[in-house]
Amino acid sequence: MKWSSKLYTTLIFIFLFAPIVILLVFSFNEAKSLSVFSGFSFRWYEELFSDEATLESLKNSLILALSATVISTVMGTVAALGIYRLRKKWYRALLNTVTNIPMINPDIITGISMMLLFVFVGRMFSASTSLNFWTMLIAHVTFCLPYVIFQVLPKLNQMDGDLMEAAQDLGCTPFRAFFKVTLPEILPGIITGAIMAFTLSLDDFVISYFTSGNDFQTLPIRIYGMTKKTVTPKMYALATIIFFVTLALLLLNNLVDNDDSRKLREKKKKSKAELLEE
Amino acid sequence: MQKKEPRLNGGRAGALLAPYSLWSLIFILVPLVFVAYYAFTDESFRFTTENITRFFTATSNLKADDGTVSEVRTYLVIFSRSFKLALISTLICLVLGYPMAYIMARAKVRTQKTMMTLVMIPMWMNFLIRTYAWMTILQDTGILNNFLTGLGLPVVRIIGTETAVVIGMVYDFFPYMILPIYSIMAKMDVKLLEAARDLGCNGFGVLKRVIFPLSLPGVISGVTMVLIPSISTFYISQKLGNGKFFLIGDAIEGQYIANNLHFAAAIAFIMMVILLVFMGVFRYLTSKVVSGGE
Repeated sequence: MKWSSKLYTTLIFIFLFAPIVILLVFSFNEAKSLSVFSGFSFRWYEELFSDEATLESLKNSLILALSATVISTVMGTVAALGIYRLRKKWYRALLNTVTNIPMINPDIITGISMMLLFVFVGRMFSASTSLNFWTMLIAHVTFCLPYVIFQVLPKLNQMDGDLMEAAQDLGCTPFRAFFKVTLPEILPGIITGAIMAFTLSLDDFVISYFTSGNDFQTLPIRIYGMTKKTVTPKMYALATIIFFVTLALLLLNNLVDNDDSRKLREKKKKSKAELLEE
Repeated sequence: MQKKEPRLNGGRAGALLAPYSLWSLIFILVPLVFVAYYAFTDESFRFTTENITRFFTATSNLKADDGTVSEVRTYLVIFSRSFKLALISTLICLVLGYPMAYIMARAKVRTQKTMMTLVMIPMWMNFLIRTYAWMTILQDTGILNNFLTGLGLPVVRIIGTETAVVIGMVYDFFPYMILPIYSIMAKMDVKLLEAARDLGCNGFGVLKRVIFPLSLPGVISGVTMVLIPSISTFYISQKLGNGKFFLIGDAIEGQYIANNLHFAAAIAFIMMVILLVFMGVFRYLTSKVVSGGE
């Protein structure tokens, strides 16, 4: 790299990381100040871990993200299989457009539009509150689905179609052929899709804000509430923990990814051999 | 697509698609219809255009910096401000992000991977927290001003200005500009660039005639991915603009909190229509540029 390129990238990375570094540093500040560092302490971490409402919201976020991930991954994979086998061009194009909508639409529109539906249905049944955990789960599944579908679909298109046919010619039931041949082939796409769904769900604020009731508060909604008042470095402590956990997950994912593709290749070879033996 | 025609189990596509088709009909399409339905009805769900009229005619008093008060169309001012700030932020992201994507795409493969991860890491931080961090940096008694006064320089007042809102938008959405441009550029055929050079193009000529037209799809998705969240944001403006610069998102959120769902839907509906038209025109113009360049 030329020195000018190096300088440029360095400046960009300083811009990208300065706020994060400041956050990390001030989470260990002894005093309440967010701009003058007076001494090192774990005070804010202690306060964070005794803040039950925040811990509760973290638990809620994890429950919601896990549920949304499982549902959207299964439904999205099945949908991708369906789209892949679809021969009607217009139906394919229509599904493609509809699937794009939640990704392109501003979050606030997705949130508002679903909220209107839920409120309307709630009124029809004259429920006192129409927004709760379930409406939030529906919203999260809806905005996660496109990411799963668009991760799995390319893997299906890359797949050697003859393999599936060969498996069935050799006596596999379609069901068995799917688990023996197709699934291992598209698994990396499913895993990436699931990880994307999980992180998107965990991170989402805007859509959750419009579709959540009072009974179920997620972490981003809790953070929003906290930043409405004056903020203590407690929130910085929380951000620091989130940062390191996500960083660890990111690195782990990279490791698994490399490992996975190697294993997958071996597995593929094996299953091909198995098929030939049968 | 040159797929082998007799796809296996083609007949079962319907059964596999049924759950998702139903889901996307009920939870993607029907809600959008509901936005229009609410926008054009009143509290008792009778047809009305009042919400739309209110959007275009509602007035309020705007106090200028010099203290003079003038009557303005509230929502038209909010809309044009949202578009102005979002367009400025998008432009800054493009100008800063394009060279970055180019440098990344030309780097060694290992360096590319590391840089990708570094660009993505800030995205893993919740945007509420990222925005809040900027607030503490830019405050009058914040870290930036502490630093400046330490150097004997005067205090700069950024928080509560449009500049602060733009900084927040650029910071929060910057990776969305870099990543799509980078992924297009990384796939670009180096031989094309060499050929252009061999045929007598200078550095700038290669950039203008080869690299830029080829990277345009990346630019389009980058612009889309920065512009749309910038226009519709409602947190950045509250925190960094000190609530002085209401944006469309703030207007929708305010009406939602006040439980004026029909008017909130009307604002959302108008925003959706304008965005659709805007993106349509943008795509048309950029496709013209591409075909004109060839």
